[in-house]
Amino acid sequence: MSNDARTDRDPYVELQSSPEFAELRSRFRRFVFPMTALFLAWYFLYVLLSTYAHGFMSTKVFGNINVGLIFGLGQFVSTFVITMLYARWADREFDPRADALHAKLEAQGVDD
Amino acid sequence: MAAALAPTLAPAATDVGSPALNISIFALFVVVTLTIVIRASRNNRSAADFYAGGRAFTGRQNGIAIAGDYLSAASFLGIAGAIALNGYDGFLYSIGFLVAWLVALLLVAELLRNSGKFTMADVLSFRLRQRPVRMAAAVSTLAVCFFYLLAQMAGAGGLVALLLGVDSKAGQSLVIAVVGVLMIAYVLIGGMKGTTWVQIIKAVLLIIGAAVMTVWVLGKFGVNLSSLLGQAVDASGGKPVLDPGLQYGKSNLTKIDFISLSLALVLGTAGLPHVLMRFYTVPSSKEARRSVVWAIWLIGIFYLFTLVLGYGAAVLVGPAEISAAPGKANSAAPLLAFELGGAVLLGIISAVAFATILAVVAGLTITASASLSHDIYNSVIKEGKASQEDEVRVARMTAIVIGILAIIGGIFANGQNIAFLVALAFAIAASANLPTILYSLFWRRFNTRGALWSIYGGLGTALVLIVFSPVVSGKAPLTPGGPSPSMITDPSVDFSWFPLDNPGIISIPVGFLLGWLGTVTSKEHNEAKFAEMEVRSLTGHGAEKAVVH
Repeated sequence: MSNDARTDRDPYVELQSSPEFAELRSRFRRFVFPMTALFLAWYFLYVLLSTYAHGFMSTKVFGNINVGLIFGLGQFVSTFVITMLYARWADREFDPRADALHAKLEAQGVDD
Repeated sequence: MAAALAPTLAPAATDVGSPALNISIFALFVVVTLTIVIRASRNNRSAADFYAGGRAFTGRQNGIAIAGDYLSAASFLGIAGAIALNGYDGFLYSIGFLVAWLVALLLVAELLRNSGKFTMADVLSFRLRQRPVRMAAAVSTLAVCFFYLLAQMAGAGGLVALLLGVDSKAGQSLVIAVVGVLMIAYVLIGGMKGTTWVQIIKAVLLIIGAAVMTVWVLGKFGVNLSSLLGQAVDASGGKPVLDPGLQYGKSNLTKIDFISLSLALVLGTAGLPHVLMRFYTVPSSKEARRSVVWAIWLIGIFYLFTLVLGYGAAVLVGPAEISAAPGKANSAAPLLAFELGGAVLLGIISAVAFATILAVVAGLTITASASLSHDIYNSVIKEGKASQEDEVRVARMTAIVIGILAIIGGIFANGQNIAFLVALAFAIAASANLPTILYSLFWRRFNTRGALWSIYGGLGTALVLIVFSPVVSGKAPLTPGGPSPSMITDPSVDFSWFPLDNPGIISIPVGFLLGWLGTVTSKEHNEAKFAEMEVRSLTGHGAEKAVVH
């Protein structure tokens, strides 16, 4: 893995500047970046409420189950849901496109 | 047995369960795992075999192994105990540990699998100057592994007192040495393949054990969580254990401290080198994705169990007895096991706790030795010219050295107040490793100076802040004239000036900021190498394949 100088004919540079690759990268980023922002915001909302809104979090909803517990279990649910959404998206949307580009490089005879 | 004991009367370790039974069950675990390790490692020849188990594990197997690696004694015994004593705030802790996996799933696991070979440094140095970046990545890998390892080994001493009835310092040191020697054996004989199988077996035992106890506890309360929670409040003498704030809500400072800890937990996991290394044990990035999905389910379900176990221990064992036991909060889960299923269940849970320490330290040792031999020996010293045999030979030797250091460190640290080291390892991972990983995967302009500033800056900031924090010196004694709860127990020694126990809230932004600053002040840029890395990381082209035997 030396930092060898490559020319414009470099298949990686060529593929990287192709519209198909730009499409793959932008689809990937359009999914993972907003999702990351969402779960981090949701997590820190929970952390801040647990830290500074004790009264609200201690409100009983039914029996001994309070808002804090429901919020906490909500973090588990959201984590499981995002995991399933991502896995499904990646299997259906991302993999076929990534595999197609992979195959394209192989067809050009670039060492795998 | 619980209610009859006065809280001041600390139960001697031997009162609970049968040490002989505990040791037998643990010995059985060792025999079974060693047999499997020896069988699984017959063709451990190449570096990919030794470091990455031949990349032949399935996503599901690796996901279970990740859970086995991640659910350390700190999270199994520690979280159940924290919930038993501090209620809701212990639960908060587990949520950070879980949500963190989404960072690994969405941003890191697959791209890292596609562009690296064995270590974190492979990815970080891909398009930057090899030697300085590998050196920096190896230093921070070793720092995280060292602190994590020390915490695990020191924790082993406390467990021994509780579970095996070994009260003498010498006896405990002997058990720590046995744990260390076993760990060296697993790593030397089995490499990553053996380590992975130990983690898989341990994870299955741990999760089944916790599931059985959870169902048992719930059964005792008519499968009614609300009634369990209500009785937990009564058992805690009316303390608001269902509400946040018992542990972290005392003052403004503890609140900020908690936010700092939450940051380190949620951002640290995806920068833990022993977790990252696990992604190389599967044949493709798709399997790496599957691993994380499995790990998230298993870890999440396990933390839900600990919620029930923690409150269950508060009711069935009682906070007073837990606090008085030799392992304090760590003894909540074992004492609950004894309360439910007597000596046999305690024996099983004790063996699982030991297996936990063994599996986690083995994972840390192989990560540290891979970093020393693959990154420092081969790439920095031999400039990438060492043969695979040489590299593996050096890795095995360093594993022995690390094992011996861990034994000495564990004996020395036994009984010391160093539980903060796990949180410190997460803070370093989040401040030194994660910024560099994310920048190098996603930021075109990122360069060597950015990586070096970010790694050394994040690591240095976290270390300096922790040394001058109250966890090392200067906490007020709990009782007048008593020892300080800081690491240095002499209350007259106080050189702390950083007010928080957790450095993350400062050191993580510093790591990100320095990575940016270093990058924009340097002109270095290798567009072709970035193109190669970006294409490979997203398409999987050129990714390392599974070893075919």
